Amino acid sequence: MSISVIVPTLLRTFTQDKKRVEVQGNTVLEVIEHLERDYPGVKERLIGDGQVHRFVNIYVNDDDIRFADNLATALKPGDAITILPAVAGG
Amino acid sequence: MLSLRVGLLEAMLEQARRDHPLETCGIIAAPLGGKVAERLIAMENASRSPTFFSFDPRQQLRVWRELDERDEECRVIYHSHTASVAYPSADDVRYAGDPSVHYVIVSTLPDIEVPIRSFRIIDHKVTEESIYIVR
Repeated sequence: MSISVIVPTLLRTFTQDKKRVEVQGNTVLEVIEHLERDYPGVKERLIGDGQVHRFVNIYVNDDDIRFADNLATALKPGDAITILPAVAGG
Repeated sequence: MLSLRVGLLEAMLEQARRDHPLETCGIIAAPLGGKVAERLIAMENASRSPTFFSFDPRQQLRVWRELDERDEECRVIYHSHTASVAYPSADDVRYAGDPSVHYVIVSTLPDIEVPIRSFRIIDHKVTEESIYIVR
């Protein structure tokens, strides 16, 4: 199943400046694995120790995956993934 | 150097004083590739804390989509310090991942000499910059 992924400015150096890419996957994790195959280096910017970095937000359509099943969140045809930097500080 | 539309410094200060003793936060957008940060968007501090701020992820997604539709980019991320000077904290440096963003900090300490300062934070290295006001 092909899923479109909207890539943040910071990661576009990996995607040859492409803002939107299409990759395969039935879950968010599978999409990230496929992203890594097509655009090496992306994965470690997104996840570590099997979890999404706290500096990163990943959404399926309008929903932050932290409030769903995280990386195991299942995808349906037509879903879009958006990646954004998480903004926080002290 | 950060180029900022006239009036926005005052708007950030006012918002920070209004939200004090909680930290306030927001962004200023600029037209893609444009020189001047023009449009202030106040964000909710989802942490509602006097010592920490975080954007609400859903609000952030809405705002970022809107930037995209308007051909704008996030040029400034600002937040307040309620009990310290306007200089990045260790948490600020840890979270500041974007070398293209100007990080503005507003201090709401009473009688502080310089209540707003702007920084670039690249590879965890903090560099202060001047703020240029554009009429």
